[in-house]
Amino acid sequence: MATDISKLTLTARWQDLTTGMMIHAGGTSEEFNTGEWTSVKPHVKEEDCRQCLLCAQACPDSAIPVNKNERVKVDLKHCKGCGICAKVCPFDAIEMEGL
Amino acid sequence: MAKRDRLSGNEAVSYALRQINPDVFPAFPITPSTEIPQYFASFVANGQVDTEFIPVESEHSSMSAAIGASAAGARSLTATSSCGLALMWEELYVAASNRLPVALALVNRALSGPININCDHSDSMGARDSGWIQIYAENNQEAYDNMVQAFRIAEHQDVRLPIMICQDGFITSHAVENIELLDDGDVKNFVGEYEPENYLLNPECPTAVGPYSVTDFYMEAKRAQAEAMKNSKQVILDVAKEFAQISGREYGLFEEYRLEDADYAVVMIGSAAGTTKDAIDQMREQGKKVGLLKLRVFRPFPAEEIAEALKNVKAVAVMDRADSFSDHGGPLGAEVMAALFRNRSQAYAINYVYGLGGRDVRVEDMEQVFETLEQIAATGETGDTYRYMGVRE
Repeated sequence: MATDISKLTLTARWQDLTTGMMIHAGGTSEEFNTGEWTSVKPHVKEEDCRQCLLCAQACPDSAIPVNKNERVKVDLKHCKGCGICAKVCPFDAIEMEGL
Repeated sequence: MAKRDRLSGNEAVSYALRQINPDVFPAFPITPSTEIPQYFASFVANGQVDTEFIPVESEHSSMSAAIGASAAGARSLTATSSCGLALMWEELYVAASNRLPVALALVNRALSGPININCDHSDSMGARDSGWIQIYAENNQEAYDNMVQAFRIAEHQDVRLPIMICQDGFITSHAVENIELLDDGDVKNFVGEYEPENYLLNPECPTAVGPYSVTDFYMEAKRAQAEAMKNSKQVILDVAKEFAQISGREYGLFEEYRLEDADYAVVMIGSAAGTTKDAIDQMREQGKKVGLLKLRVFRPFPAEEIAEALKNVKAVAVMDRADSFSDHGGPLGAEVMAALFRNRSQAYAINYVYGLGGRDVRVEDMEQVFETLEQIAATGETGDTYRYMGVRE
């Protein structure tokens, strides 16, 4: 039976947890906002970006989505602020900014 | 039809495993449990089982592979002893907290050091808080019977915990006894198919096993795990009742031997209970009211039931085949005494450490324990409640 992870909130009692804390559903990591972990975020200087998409490929969290061959807004819910995108950008179009 | 045969404890457990025909059996050899995977490997080679047998490079790996197979949806087990169990330390907790019904055929052997290959219970007692069900055998028949019952207990919906089926290294694992074996078909019907509700290899429902639990969830996870262990007590009794129907052999959480009217009682686990029964029979002939409580199930610990069974004794000796180095007694002593205290027992209680590293236990040794209990009850002086039996001093 699929796990309804919307019920696994901070008010869930021990009786409400799944057996062995297993999660029986796919793609649930999207619901886990790892973006809360960081103290820095990438800021894209749009005027310097040439849409080479190296940042999207390098992002370890797939937090730089691409739509119709164009980088779109960074997914800050899942960006952990590692800064790899800023390092990899050949045009210095990405800067890490403190929150 | 059931049949009688002469088998060692290791042969008996392997025989049960052939009848169970598990899905996956990863193993790494260690004395005195080596024969279990060895005999089983011959069943695999002969095509008598369908099991995937995996010779791995360590016990850390064998338990990891058993856990992985169980999470994937397979009925899995492994076998080990002593330092092999110690090397599984991390995985034991993972199996229990992930609620995977893995079985472990454990042949009890002393832990190093000094290095020693003979029987004591320090290996499984060291794992007593790992969240595994622990069932112990006095003899080869019980080792076989417990193995047949193992998966039914572990896989029960209300339990889903790993289970350790323990027997005494060499004393039962290598000694040959005449025992009764069940018919293959009866065991197959009794054990049944393993059909987990969720498993990793189910393409219909992707599953995450062992996700990180932050502080907000960890404690609730452990509380839920504790409930499974509570539930297992009734399941162990129910499975035993069903087992009695196919075998004619009855099992409980412990065996009471001439305990009902006993003034002096011994509580112990494992093969030395047979020796103690001989001592009791001899002393009973002399009119001494002595009896035995032989613990079969150590996890879950049947505290109330033990206190109830011992409610009329004047003095009790709890025998530990492992030391805790607590300067206070062994693990069984601590548990039994806590049970007696909580149930307002007035009995005098002492705790012996005995039989370490295969040290022999003789009928005379046990007679002396009962005589000591008699003296304690007569004088009201327990003396040191943490003692050693059979040590040169």
